[in-house]
Amino acid sequence: MRPLRLIWVYPDLLSTYGDRGNLLVLERRARLRGIPVEVVEVNSDQPVPRDGDIYLMGGGEDLPQTLATRRLLADGGLHAAAERGAVVFAVCAGYQMIGVEFGGADDTPVQGLGLLDIRSGRGERRAVGEIVADVDPGLNVGRLTGFENHQGVTRLGPGVRPLARTEIGTGNGDGTEGSYAGRVLGTYLHGPALVRNPNLADLLLFWAVGPLPPFPPQAEELAKRLRAERLAAAVPQ
Amino acid sequence: MDANTHHRTRLPIRAKLATTVGDAAASVSRLAGKGDGSVIGGRIGLRLEPDLLSLLAAGRQVVLVTGTNGKTTTTRLITAALAPLGGQIASNIYGANMDAGAVSALSRTPDARIAVLETDEKYIPSMVKATSARVVTLLNLSRDQMDRAAEIWLLARRWREALAAAPDCRVVANADDPLVAWAAGASRQVTWVAAGQAWREDSWCCPNCGAHLQRDGDDWSCRECGGRRPPVSWMLHGDEVIDPAGRPTALELALPGRANRSNAVVALAVAEAFGVRLAQALPEIRRVTSVAGRYTQVSRRGVDIRLLLAKNPAGWLEALEVVAPAPAPVLLAVNAQGPDGRDTSWIWDVDFRRLRGRTVLVGGERRLDLAVRLEADEVQFRLVSDIDEAVDAVRSESGNLEVLANYTAFQQYRTALGRVQ
Repeated sequence: MRPLRLIWVYPDLLSTYGDRGNLLVLERRARLRGIPVEVVEVNSDQPVPRDGDIYLMGGGEDLPQTLATRRLLADGGLHAAAERGAVVFAVCAGYQMIGVEFGGADDTPVQGLGLLDIRSGRGERRAVGEIVADVDPGLNVGRLTGFENHQGVTRLGPGVRPLARTEIGTGNGDGTEGSYAGRVLGTYLHGPALVRNPNLADLLLFWAVGPLPPFPPQAEELAKRLRAERLAAAVPQ
Repeated sequence: MDANTHHRTRLPIRAKLATTVGDAAASVSRLAGKGDGSVIGGRIGLRLEPDLLSLLAAGRQVVLVTGTNGKTTTTRLITAALAPLGGQIASNIYGANMDAGAVSALSRTPDARIAVLETDEKYIPSMVKATSARVVTLLNLSRDQMDRAAEIWLLARRWREALAAAPDCRVVANADDPLVAWAAGASRQVTWVAAGQAWREDSWCCPNCGAHLQRDGDDWSCRECGGRRPPVSWMLHGDEVIDPAGRPTALELALPGRANRSNAVVALAVAEAFGVRLAQALPEIRRVTSVAGRYTQVSRRGVDIRLLLAKNPAGWLEALEVVAPAPAPVLLAVNAQGPDGRDTSWIWDVDFRRLRGRTVLVGGERRLDLAVRLEADEVQFRLVSDIDEAVDAVRSESGNLEVLANYTAFQQYRTALGRVQ
C-alpha cells in the first residue's frame, strides 16, 4: 500500500498552538489501522509538495498569517493539491487563511487562499473557552469538543456548509462553527481538535483513503474518557 | 520616626496615604492567611494614587527582569549578586510581577536604593516608563498561556518600542534568542549575553521581516533583511561563564540545569553593570539553593521528592533535561486554571518520548489530557489522583520521586507537602 502522505504546511510560521498534536493523532490513527504514513513538514522557504494526501495548517499570529498566505499564493502547491482532491484541514489562523479574505494586522482585508467561500474579520470580543458543537449530520462525526481562542469572526458564503452548530461557545460567530466544501475543512477548535475529536480525524482519513480498516478499541479508551470529561466540564451543571 | 516612615515622608500626601492603606491591606491579607498580600496591597495603593509606582521608584535604581521563563529565578539571582553592594534591595520575591506587586515590593522596603523587580512580559512598557528603569533584563520569549498572553511577535515589538524610547536604560539581553535580540536591537545601551536557546519553535522566522532564519548552532541570521546575532560580551559555555575579558570560570551552581546556568550568566552581566565583579557576585549566586519552592527536596514517608516547576513547552523542555535519569520515577502534573492557561493544547508541543522505559505517574486536574498525550508518544504511565498516591506507588521501588508540574498543580503539591520553602 502506498503510504498516506501528511503534509504540515509552514509550521515555522503557523504552529503556535499545539498544532503538532493534530499531525501526531492523524498519523497514529492511520498507522494503528495498518495504513503506512509519511509525514512531511514544509517550512515557509520550501516548495509545497503537490502530491500530498492530507494538508494541515495551524494557528499563528497576525503577521505570520499574512506572510504565510502571500507565500502560499506565490507558491501554488496547496492550490494544485486541493484541485487534485487532496484533503486540507486548517485551524484558527489557518482556517481564516483558506478563505477569500481575512483581517490582517490592523484588520485591513488581506487576500486569502480562496479554497473556502468564507470571509473573516476582527470581532468585537475575544472568544476564549470550551466550545461544544454538533457536526452536520451528513458527516457522521457527532459532537465536537474543543477550546477556542480567537478574536476573528467568519462569515460563510453560499459555497460552503457550516461544519457544526455551536451549542456552547462562539465558533464562527453566527451560531455555527467551522466550515467545509469538498475535502477542504476549517475550524476554530484547539484542544487540539483531532485529539479531542477522533471522529473528525477519521473523517479526514476517510476522505483521503476511503473506507477505513478498524481501529483497535483499547487504543482509544483514554481519548474516549477525555472526551466525556471535557464534554461534562463544558456543559453547565 | 522609624525606617519605614522615612522614605514615605518624602512622598506627597496622597501617595503616603496610598502606601499606608496598601500596606495595611497587605498585613490584613497576610494575617487572614491569604498569601503574602503583595498584590492586594499594591492594587489598593494604585487605586488611590495611580502614579504611586513612579513616586515609589523615584531616586532608586530599578532593574526589571522579564522573559517567558526564568524571571523569578533570575530576579533572585540578581538580588543575590548585588548583595556585595550592601544595603537593602527591594524585590517582589513572591513573584507578584505586575504593577501592584512592584508597588508592594517598593513600599515595604522604603530604604532600598536598588530594586530588582520580576516583571510580567506585558507590563514591560508601562513599568520601564513608570520606574525609569536603569536596567532591563530580557531573558527569552516563547509561547505560554496562549489564552491569556498576547502574541509573542507583538510583545517583542512592544518591548522594542518601549526600550528604544528609554535611552538611559541599559538592556541586558540574550543574543541567542532572535525575538529578544530584535526587541533589544533599537536600544542605545545593550549588554549582549550568549545565554543559549534550547527551545527554538517560536523563532524559526525573522521577527523583522518574517523570512525563515538561517541557523547554525547558536548563530542565526536573516538572509532577507540582514538581521543577525550580535557579538556578545558574556557567554554561557557548557558549565562555564566566559566574561567580557574572555576568561572562563566554572559556574558550580547549587541550582540544577542549563536554564539556571543561563540565568546565572545573565545575573552576572547585570551585577557588573552595577560594579559588582564576577569574583564577588558568583559566590553569592552559588549560595542560592531554591527559589520559591522550586528544586527543593521534601521527604514523605521515606521518599525524597524534588519539585520542579515548568509552565510551557520551553520550560518543560528544560525541566525534562534536569529530571534525574531513569530509573528514577517521575510524576507529571498539569492543571489548566486561570494562572496556568485554561487550554492544554500546548502539551502537544512537548516531546515526552525521552520518558519511555521508566516509571511515569500522571497527576493534576488535566491528567486525562496528559494521559492521551503520553499514549501518543508511547510512554507507559499510571494515573494518580494526588501526591500521596504517587508516593505510595513508588515507595517500594525507589527512594526518589521527581515531580514536574505546572503552576497551580505545583502550588497544590507544595501545600500538600507542607508549604516547602
